[in-house]
Amino acid sequence: MSLNPDQVQQLARLVRLKFTEGEADDFSGQINDIISMIEQMNEFDTDHVQPMSHPKDMRLRLRKDIVTEKDRHEELQSGAPATDSGLYLVPRVVE
Amino acid sequence: MESRTVTEHSHALREKEYSTVELTRALLDRSQSHVDLNALITLTPEEALAQARHADKLIARGEGGPLTGIPLVHKDLFCTRHVRTTCGSRILDNFISPYDATVVERLRQAGMVMLGKANMDEFAMGSSTENSYYGPTRNPWNHERVPGGSSGGSAAAVAARLAPVATGTDTGGSIRQPAALCGLSGIKPSYGRVSRYGMVAFASSLDQGGVMALTSEDCACVLQAMSGFDKRDSTSINQPVPDYIDSLADSISGKVIGLPREFFTDGVDEEVARAIRESISVLEGLGARTVEIELPNSAAGIPCYYVLAPAEASSNLARFDGVRYGHRASGYTDIVEMYEATRSEGFGPEVKRRLLIGAYVLSIGYFEAYYIKAQKLRRLIADDFSRAFEKCDVIVGPTTPTTAFPIGLKTNDPVQMYLNDIFTNSANLAGLPAMSIPAGFDRQGLPIGLHLIGKYLDEATILNVAHQYQLHTGWHQRIPEGYA
Repeated sequence: MSLNPDQVQQLARLVRLKFTEGEADDFSGQINDIISMIEQMNEFDTDHVQPMSHPKDMRLRLRKDIVTEKDRHEELQSGAPATDSGLYLVPRVVE
Repeated sequence: MESRTVTEHSHALREKEYSTVELTRALLDRSQSHVDLNALITLTPEEALAQARHADKLIARGEGGPLTGIPLVHKDLFCTRHVRTTCGSRILDNFISPYDATVVERLRQAGMVMLGKANMDEFAMGSSTENSYYGPTRNPWNHERVPGGSSGGSAAAVAARLAPVATGTDTGGSIRQPAALCGLSGIKPSYGRVSRYGMVAFASSLDQGGVMALTSEDCACVLQAMSGFDKRDSTSINQPVPDYIDSLADSISGKVIGLPREFFTDGVDEEVARAIRESISVLEGLGARTVEIELPNSAAGIPCYYVLAPAEASSNLARFDGVRYGHRASGYTDIVEMYEATRSEGFGPEVKRRLLIGAYVLSIGYFEAYYIKAQKLRRLIADDFSRAFEKCDVIVGPTTPTTAFPIGLKTNDPVQMYLNDIFTNSANLAGLPAMSIPAGFDRQGLPIGLHLIGKYLDEATILNVAHQYQLHTGWHQRIPEGYA
């Protein structure tokens, strides 16, 4: 499997990146090298093997659904690029 | 004074040979005079001196513990309240965390003094610390060489004696590989042993915090203070932490050392291979027995890792969108443009490559062939270790195939760069504790690292073997020229 620069642009959109044409060319070469390397996985037989998503197949702990944090929204928002009255400001999404 | 170990400082501070404030001042000055290494992103003199004065008060009253007054640097992905946490990325250049990471909090409670935040590959993606927005870190053993990565700033800082100890994180080798390339002792504990709370996530099922220091004994002391259950990390293990210092003195006579055939291949530099063979003879001289073992799926480690880690990263890094914190680009007309401009400006090329790979292996049609396939290989790799550990107590080999390589050599060839993790990343896939310790030098005077992998939750055995080795060798005591 090999990706052309247009397909790299499509992937870039999925992860919210934007490339110039030149960048897409450069990245597609490197991405194809990486894909050929990861395709070495196919040399290994994995029939009847259970996928392992986590070391030791640990289960996530549950906790009681109770409030554990104090209201610190002013501090939490102090590093935000744009806020108003406790809200995060973004470009208009709904017309 | 500056080149001493944690254990030596601890003793000297209690004997009033010098004060924490004097030590802290000396190390801050030393950092200033070695800025050319680019080991630190942020120096925190005011906070450091305040913590040092507090430590001196405790010591004067005969209070505090063995780490009270010991200076350190944190890798710049451990969140620190009031001090910026950049992850080596432009996107977090102005980010100040509203809370401390558990590791930061515990080491402060132990009385340690934070001198600053160490340089690193952006979001811990890299093996050379060349992928930092703040420029590459240099290796104190040779300024034209990389210090390894991604915890390369931590490694360079300790090797140059800017701090006696540093924290690091290890997702595929990011503590052990720079420790090897900078002549240090570095340990990545078992997955779940050290809390990931406040440790900016790269690949959550692989990331683990640990220690880089001058000796195995120092690693044991600091790891002891960092480890243990934390309810704020849902993958933290609720198991008692053994006394790592207590077992350092144990004899290693009768311990069985597994030598995986796959770790002693033609791909290993001849001088590295010779140093590792000699180190194994040293361990045999101390009464350890060796046995040949097999890790038949270890060649799948690199491809498996470079599917799983980017997949997890592409999901974790979705949070950097220019809305709640960090960099936001200017000049956009709608929200998608804002995201794209912010992330394209904010991330460097290696992060972008991994986001693309992550999106690719998770996309419909490729998910089974790549992501699920990699998860199956992960199980085979973990099972190989379980079988091997039926025959041995610790697995030994080289940490890296070569010593430190020149800055710039592999920056345009990501696959070559990824091969630096060939011996280290399987321990992350299996969640096992592992460490690197100095085991010799090549003809160019560059350090060589011996890799030790332990059973799950058995950090004590690898620390013990490493400490006994260091009692009978002097590699870890060498100081790079110009840093004595």
